[in-house]
Amino acid sequence: MSPLLLAYAAVAAALLSGVVALAADRFPAALRRGSFTLLGICGLAAVAGGGEALLTGQRSTAQLPFGLPWLNWHLRLDPLSGFFMAIIGIAVVAISFYGPGYVREFERTVHAHGTAPADVEPHTHPRQSLAALGLFTGIFVAGMLAVLLADDAFVFMIAWEVMSVSSYLLVAYQHHNPANRHAAFLYLLLAHVGALVILLAFGVLAGFGGGFTFDAMRAAHLTPVWASIAFALALFGFGMKAGMVPLHVWLPEAHPVAPSHISALMSGVMIKVAIYGLIRFTFDLLGQIQWSWGLATLAIGTATALLGVLYALTQNDFKRLLAYSSVENVGIILMGLGLSMIFVATGHPALAVVALLAALYHSLNHAVFKTLLFLGAGAVLYRTHERDLDRMGGLIRRMPATALFMLIGCLSIAALPPFNGFVSEWLTLQAALQVPVLASGVLRSIIPIAAALLALTTALAAATFVKVYGVAFLGQARTRHVAHAREVGLGMRAAMALLALLCVVLGVVPTLVIRLIEPITQDLLRLRPAAATVRGWLWLTPVSPHVASYSAPLVVAAMAFTFLAGYLLLHRRGRSARRSQPWDCGFGGLSARMQYTSTAFAQPIRKVFAPVWQIDERVEKVQTSPTRFVSMRHHLHVGDWSWSAAYQPIGHLVLAAARRVGRIQTGSIRVYLAYSFFTLLLLLWLIT
Amino acid sequence: MADNLTEWLFAALQTLLFIGGAPLLSGWIKRLKCHLQNRAAPSLLQPYRDLAKLFGKDVVLAQDASWIFRAAPYVVFGAIMLAASVVPLVAIPLPTAAIADVIVLVGFFALARFFQALAGMDIGTAFGGMGASREMTVASLAEPAMLMAVFTLTMTASTTNISVAIRHILDAGLVLRPSFLFALLSLAMVAVAETGRIPIDNPATHLELTMLHEATVLEYGARHLALIDWAGMIKLMIYAVLISNIFLPWGIARHLTFPAIALGIVAIIAKLALLAVLLALWETVLAKMRLFRVPQFLGFAFLLSLLGILTHVILETAV
Amino acid sequence: MHLTDLSLYSQGILVSAALVLFTSFVMLAQARIQPLIYAFAWQGALLSVTTALVALVSGHSHLYISALLTFGLKALLIPWMLYRLARRLNIQYDVETVSHPSLTLLAGAVLVVFCYYVALPVALLSALVTRNTIAVSMATVLLGMLLMITRRTAVAQVIGFMSIENGLFFAAVASTYGMPMIVELGVAFDVLVAAVLFGVFFFQIRSSIDSLDVDRLNRLSEKGE
Repeated sequence: MSPLLLAYAAVAAALLSGVVALAADRFPAALRRGSFTLLGICGLAAVAGGGEALLTGQRSTAQLPFGLPWLNWHLRLDPLSGFFMAIIGIAVVAISFYGPGYVREFERTVHAHGTAPADVEPHTHPRQSLAALGLFTGIFVAGMLAVLLADDAFVFMIAWEVMSVSSYLLVAYQHHNPANRHAAFLYLLLAHVGALVILLAFGVLAGFGGGFTFDAMRAAHLTPVWASIAFALALFGFGMKAGMVPLHVWLPEAHPVAPSHISALMSGVMIKVAIYGLIRFTFDLLGQIQWSWGLATLAIGTATALLGVLYALTQNDFKRLLAYSSVENVGIILMGLGLSMIFVATGHPALAVVALLAALYHSLNHAVFKTLLFLGAGAVLYRTHERDLDRMGGLIRRMPATALFMLIGCLSIAALPPFNGFVSEWLTLQAALQVPVLASGVLRSIIPIAAALLALTTALAAATFVKVYGVAFLGQARTRHVAHAREVGLGMRAAMALLALLCVVLGVVPTLVIRLIEPITQDLLRLRPAAATVRGWLWLTPVSPHVASYSAPLVVAAMAFTFLAGYLLLHRRGRSARRSQPWDCGFGGLSARMQYTSTAFAQPIRKVFAPVWQIDERVEKVQTSPTRFVSMRHHLHVGDWSWSAAYQPIGHLVLAAARRVGRIQTGSIRVYLAYSFFTLLLLLWLIT
Repeated sequence: MADNLTEWLFAALQTLLFIGGAPLLSGWIKRLKCHLQNRAAPSLLQPYRDLAKLFGKDVVLAQDASWIFRAAPYVVFGAIMLAASVVPLVAIPLPTAAIADVIVLVGFFALARFFQALAGMDIGTAFGGMGASREMTVASLAEPAMLMAVFTLTMTASTTNISVAIRHILDAGLVLRPSFLFALLSLAMVAVAETGRIPIDNPATHLELTMLHEATVLEYGARHLALIDWAGMIKLMIYAVLISNIFLPWGIARHLTFPAIALGIVAIIAKLALLAVLLALWETVLAKMRLFRVPQFLGFAFLLSLLGILTHVILETAV
Repeated sequence: MHLTDLSLYSQGILVSAALVLFTSFVMLAQARIQPLIYAFAWQGALLSVTTALVALVSGHSHLYISALLTFGLKALLIPWMLYRLARRLNIQYDVETVSHPSLTLLAGAVLVVFCYYVALPVALLSALVTRNTIAVSMATVLLGMLLMITRRTAVAQVIGFMSIENGLFFAAVASTYGMPMIVELGVAFDVLVAAVLFGVFFFQIRSSIDSLDVDRLNRLSEKGE
């Protein structure tokens, strides 16, 4: 089948899964069996279609006779959209395994009132519609796929809005919780501000190109100033969706409150669609790239990565932490894109290819491991009804399989060799290290600083995920629910296993992945990363073998050898290790509450980087004498500066303006009639 | 091909030399410190005896320890051993250096640290968590400083492959580079922090509240502890070798001929012995810092490496 | 002209120039008075080494006199005077709380990049061995100013001022192999007099407002408290 047909099939299957789910309120099996199977088919078709577009490296276009009278729907599937389509496909396939098990939680809410559902406090949950969940999920996936297929601004914006609105409805799914409603509203508001800005960006291009098709935009010749304006608008609009600092505030609010498999889709995949939009707009449509754009993107990316990880580190809510970590990873992707732009603009296409490769690779990697981590967090939530890390602990003994997959996810996101996160960050660093070729000394001195901050980000990410894994999965259980958790079902485990396996594969054979990505760079930059695989599949050599090389397969082989040697030499058969109490300083009676909590773990770093957060920390002591405490309460609230520095002033401004405007609302029908009358007069005058 | 095979064989031998020689370096430092502090010094071979003793003992595990706790020592040792295998010790031709460049080397250290910290948290005591938290804090500040120092070198040598970089520096002859001076100082400070030496951490402390690294390994014993201790010694040696072979590469063998290698061995022993004297002096003169002074120490290291980059750009490239 | 093509002495100039810059950063980071004075002395010493090396490479023998003068004045005499002053005022162990020390250092690094950017056209015009150090000398001046801005104690401010003077002298050496001897002697004498006067002022300030914190001088303004 041609790739475009497969893509149609994927969209159709996604929509169909939504339709099938309509019956779910009466027959829950319709959602579990029908809807998710169709989603699985959708995912497979997307992977196949995207993969075929990538492998053949061809563009297939089509026009559908829908839409505006003067503008048919233009569709196109080229390697770039194929790559992102495959990313969506992978996540959707995983969801289709995971979903049937996970939504049982919501079924119970519908049919048997009494047991506490996952994301809800007990006793307060009204009926939740499974049909709505299934319907909006299907529309959401279809919307994301359609964004990738769009070849004119009209289809793009419609698909974009479908994606935004359906995901809003999913965020608002558990709307009985006021915090969720607030998060959903914030999301809807900012998504629309972003969409408006994107529309303006397309407007600039359409104005110069004389048409709304992407082909017309490609042909447009913009003056440098207008091109910069268009780029700034696009960066703002797509950056808002992707979670770029300081436009990120909605993301950690909205992503975590959706059902976990939807969180996974939003954090793992939807922000990639925004990245796709930025790449499409900048590298494909705008044409002549200027180095100052690259520098701006690099600077914003660095800030996003660093602030994202610092905020992630201080979170105690598992899913919120993951959402902030998505902000960090978007920053890393933006850094790669920024470097690529700088290299393109200064006439070093071969290096631009390396940087673009890094950004694309990281998009893929992040989609895989972030989906895995969200699904894992969902699995923990499903069994323990806990999102607070400080109430978990010791889950490795209760949920061994989930713990293993989560370990792989944590190792990947912490960018440790030989897992996949490391490869893309290594590539980003390698691209940054090629700055000596640049003529400008200022760039030569700034880019290494950005690279060092990337290293800081990576190290802090490692600390964050040591915290996550150590507090949630290791040690002793801190609450009763957690102590009695059970392993999740086969489907959920299979989904996580699939993604964990991908984490390993993408980390160990990077050269094969790069072969896959090659057609994209060929398409966008007219150049293949020829040097990267010059020494065969074993060696990754992004610039040249002499400059840098990395061989993940050999690293894995050496690791395996050490393990084997260690086991053979040191392990003594037939003698099991004795167990005993750990060292308790001689006081006796270690309890679970004595363990380091997530708050405690982050304390040194919180102190070092204190100005980054708005920290409200209080200790309330009840003491009878200076040395005897009856009780102590530690209160900590870590706030986001961008709220009070940017959003609240804007919010106040809008409210004040609204009050001004509100004065014209007199309530008298005759005054309203007069408004209409004068508007009519004005319009009549305008069109003559 | 035969040539190639010799090189790979030599790389394996060199790694063994690294692993085998590391306790000797630690023993030498301990001996020097004892002499400087007017204490009776243990034999040079004491670390070997300690390791042998630990390997002979039976394992006792903490009650709540999971498989992570048991696997961590092997991962730590494996990662550090891999790191050792890519650093040229006595000769430049090192095919294994292509497996992992200097950024991957930092990644190996990070991998070892990750598992070390997880193992600390696995037993579910306050000390383990405390050690893990502090170790990750120090590391997250040290890592950017280290990479920044490394970037200074790679911008000069235009490669991140350690063996190629050393050859490049050796070929240039004696060049006074201001950036290298800063990178050297920065790397030395990072090395002190990363290997848990005074003033960041005290390798000899047994007071729980002052421990960083030791707190994460508190519950380890027998072969597990032996592996972790040994890995620590190798890590110290890796940093020492990196510093001496990058900044003073003279003496290292360019080709795999017998006299060159013999000279290389003598040279590296001399360099490491000298460096150990400096470290022992440094550790005798200084006292351990408060934990929250460490960020300033490492911030200064970062500043040094930043100055390294800046002076490289400003002073060392042609206008 | 690449670094490897230069003679070892020329490379030495660059190294000592970089170290002068480094001492500026050390002063910026140093919160105690006494180490601050030592760092200032080191800067003077390194500056005189740089000057001597420039004299050696360029063959301008009058620079040797400048180097000696710098060493005697800025590495020995003025630091000694400041040190004695600090001891007599009993402030040598005072620790000043610098707000956001790491931010200050980062700002310093940004200043260095900025100086490089600004000095680039000047360096392109020059054909001297020292042309690359023009940016460094400018940075020394600006870092001295930054030191004066971020510090509140009068002694630290004087050191900042002297460090600016160091930077200016350095700039003269770097861009034109030094000023005419008579100008240099004049400037040196000025600095010496300034140092003596500052000493007198310290006692005056302290006896009138009981502190060397220059922020306290605000109350002298007409608005008052």
